Amino acid sequence: MLGTGLLKGLGVTAKNFVGSYHDPERYTTIEYPEVKPKLPEAYRNFPFLVTENAMDPMGTLRCVACQICEKECPPQCIYIEKSKDKKPDASGKMQIYPAIFDIDTSVCMSCQICVEVCPFDAIKMDQVFEIATTDRYDALLLRREQLAKPNSYYQSIHPTEAAEVDGRLAADRKAAEEKAKAAAAAKAAAAKAAAAAPAAEAPKTPPPAA
Amino acid sequence: MNAAFLATLSLELLPAQLRDMVTGWLPEPWRWLVNSILAIAVILASFGLLFAYLTLAERKILGRVQNRPGPNRTGYFGLLQPFADGVKALTKEDIVPRGADHLLHFLAPVALLAFSIMTFAVLPFGRNLVAVELDAGVLYFFAAGAATELAVFMAGWASHNKYSLLAAMRALAQLISYELPLLLSFVPVIMIAGSLSTQEIVHRQSGWMFGFVPQWHVLTPWGFAGFAIFMTAALAESNRSPFDLPEAESELIAGHLTEYSGFKYALFFMAEYFGMCALCGMAVTLFLGGWQAPLPFLEFIPSYVWFATKMLTLLLGFIWVRCTFPRLRIDQLTRFAWKFLVPLALINLGTTAFWSLTSGWTGGLQIARWLVAIALVVIPFQLIGRKLSAGLGPRTYRYA
Amino acid sequence: MSANDFSPLAPQAGSHVREVHDPLHGELLEVSMGPHHPSTHGVFRMIVTLDGERVMKLKPVFGYLHRNHEKIAENTTYLGSMPYTDRLDYLCSMTNNWAYAIAVEKLSGQPVPERAEYVRVILAEITRLLNHTCLAGFLMQDCGCSGTPLMYAFREREKILDLFESLSGSRMMCNYQRFGGCRVDPSADWLDGARKLTDNYGRFLDEFETLLTGNEIIMARTQGVGALSPELAINAGVTGPMLRATGVNYDLRKVDAYGVYSRFDFRVPLGAHGDVYDRYMIRVLEMRESIKILQQALATIPAGPIMDPKAKLRGFRPKAGEAYGRIEGPKGEIGFYLVSDGSPNPYRYRVRPPSFVNLTVLEDMCLGQTIADAVIILGSVDIVLGEVDR
Repeated sequence: MLGTGLLKGLGVTAKNFVGSYHDPERYTTIEYPEVKPKLPEAYRNFPFLVTENAMDPMGTLRCVACQICEKECPPQCIYIEKSKDKKPDASGKMQIYPAIFDIDTSVCMSCQICVEVCPFDAIKMDQVFEIATTDRYDALLLRREQLAKPNSYYQSIHPTEAAEVDGRLAADRKAAEEKAKAAAAAKAAAAKAAAAAPAAEAPKTPPPAA
Repeated sequence: MNAAFLATLSLELLPAQLRDMVTGWLPEPWRWLVNSILAIAVILASFGLLFAYLTLAERKILGRVQNRPGPNRTGYFGLLQPFADGVKALTKEDIVPRGADHLLHFLAPVALLAFSIMTFAVLPFGRNLVAVELDAGVLYFFAAGAATELAVFMAGWASHNKYSLLAAMRALAQLISYELPLLLSFVPVIMIAGSLSTQEIVHRQSGWMFGFVPQWHVLTPWGFAGFAIFMTAALAESNRSPFDLPEAESELIAGHLTEYSGFKYALFFMAEYFGMCALCGMAVTLFLGGWQAPLPFLEFIPSYVWFATKMLTLLLGFIWVRCTFPRLRIDQLTRFAWKFLVPLALINLGTTAFWSLTSGWTGGLQIARWLVAIALVVIPFQLIGRKLSAGLGPRTYRYA
Repeated sequence: MSANDFSPLAPQAGSHVREVHDPLHGELLEVSMGPHHPSTHGVFRMIVTLDGERVMKLKPVFGYLHRNHEKIAENTTYLGSMPYTDRLDYLCSMTNNWAYAIAVEKLSGQPVPERAEYVRVILAEITRLLNHTCLAGFLMQDCGCSGTPLMYAFREREKILDLFESLSGSRMMCNYQRFGGCRVDPSADWLDGARKLTDNYGRFLDEFETLLTGNEIIMARTQGVGALSPELAINAGVTGPMLRATGVNYDLRKVDAYGVYSRFDFRVPLGAHGDVYDRYMIRVLEMRESIKILQQALATIPAGPIMDPKAKLRGFRPKAGEAYGRIEGPKGEIGFYLVSDGSPNPYRYRVRPPSFVNLTVLEDMCLGQTIADAVIILGSVDIVLGEVDR
């Protein structure tokens, strides 16, 4: 009969009207500024730089200014200038550090490629999204001081990923330490051998460098 | 006569008593003038407020139907939203296109609002509450109502905009198509009531069948058909979805309202709601027993409350329809009027004639009378409906 | 010229076109719909010539959203173009990613682990649900429903976007697929979420169809409107649901059987009239088939690595050559054509955007119909301007 489809449609809208009062499946609105949505762990928005020490953020940046992210960034929103001098990094090794590290957030599209290509786990994705400013140019160009955030912050926003990264870094560091120890031991052994050798006989050739 | 009945009586007569309190001290020759002005003021104030909260109710209901909250920022529950909208409309810049006909562009919203307010004059809001007792009240109502479409055409033509022009053409086509079923659908009521006076029509629907079923027209087969046709045509007359073709926003941006902004736009909006209220009020008067209570023991509630309740129910129905239905196309709209509503309304005249001629039948004949009348409504509906929807229908699909 | 000349099922291109100023029949009205018209789905523009309400001529104008996508891709690395493909058809970033990944994998001979293939199928089918649901909502909005079906569609879309967000980190710009797998391994929780969505989607579709499919007004508005003949559709290169609505059995999931589609049992619905209603219904039926695929894929997803361990992320340089990778996107065949000269950037990068190709038959479908029909015909083509203009 003509009109039955229309009546069924009226039934559906009535069901939704009533349902919006008691069924959370039907009423999914979150009233944002009062109620903050729960962001999933994987949520990403704009990169930040990881520092080891919150007290001295500029001194303990993991970034070594290798400029891979600058090259790989699709919209080319990263600008890096290498430092002239070297500073010890977290493991005590002397490294170049970024003298300038800028990210233009008005260009950045939060694609995460800088994070994926970084071999040092130095740049990670942030979760801030309330970044509106009244200035289109300078306020949206983030300097390295604004970008640097401690590792504990990273652990708080991406716990699973951070645990994995920390484990890997610790393993790397341990391996490096062991390697250094082994190298030191080998060096010491070689030195000892070299020291023992002249006592036995006069050296004709200098001992090979360890 | 107990105390409760007295209280009812005083509530029932409250509006008239209030009026007399105000005008009683005036000399007799002046009273009619002040009475009229008071009536106008009260109608404007109450329907203005109704308009304000109807827009809010519509937005809230539309929101809830669509699973979202609707306006809820201005005031508790969004209750101040209509006033915020009003302030916004008043303070917005009033733009008139350079190529527009300035006079007509200005006159269109004014004329529209004037005509739609005029229709309230003959609506019986309560037992003794009617602004003007006209013998040809119904005729006057529809004459004033039909003029509103003219204002829509004025707006479309004066705007000097192609979308507005298309909307104006659509509005005219719609006017001519739907005025006829609208008028034909209430002719049966006049046949039965024998009067064009709105109060008289309401009085004719008083009384109880079996002591508790109201004798409203809508509860008879011809009355129900007439009511359905009337409401469908009323939707079209008030440019509401699914017949909102003049301002079809997905096709014509805003139709005749495209070049209107600020307060003129608000006037259009207001007039559209006034027209809607007036048509619903008329439907209540013609078919739903006007201001009469639906059950005998509910008669203690004042008559104007019943009128308001019935009218609001119909208005909510309008909103519900708007939430659900898509829009028709203009050729389908006119075809629906001329090939479906007009024939059905004409057949309904015959059904009513049969009903009125057989009013003396009793007993088994009474049941036969009902059956014949129902058949006279349902069978044409089925046949013409099938003709109208020929070639349309659900399809089955094959799979590769 | 009478109204009977316009048989809705056989609009003959060109035969109704006459001079704008014809003293016998009055003036034609030229209306420029768009680029900021409520129902042109973005910044699309149609210059329509109307005789009353009839469309006599229709000239599509686009390019308002042109972003130099192909040239940018030729100046970035292969990986760097992946986030840009998200922005082609921003409703279906997962399928765009997949099509591009397939093209690059063909170019470099990169194998993909089995689990990644399953995840790709799951994501592509969820994207199909997302796209078709939204399309139905937009189409009904164009028909004049006051937003109700659209809001229901968006309510369901929200659930899908939440899934995408918890997997890839972004709701619309997922940037999830990589050459040789996917970026993140979906957790068991995520797969449970996808199962729950799949199980509930049928019920939503039932309700959605109760609201729309049997609605007499929608049938009156869409049946017999904007009919497209199979011959014209094939000649114009139309693909996707629009082609299948005309009755042509062409679904790349069956034709190419890329990925692991050959392992799943699903059917391809075919229309008979090629009108707007068929296009809408084919999409609804496809969603039901997608649910079947999803249930099978989620039940049989194997364990294993998500990324090929040999896949290179940095310094990716495929050997010189060319490749064309295509998949059945929700809108039709989305393909990427790549020419490599051995450098880190593609030498030539070309997108075959389904909605752009499908749009080419717009005038043929609209001629002789009314302006209200033109709007819903455009809606039923299912365009996203990000893809049309690139």
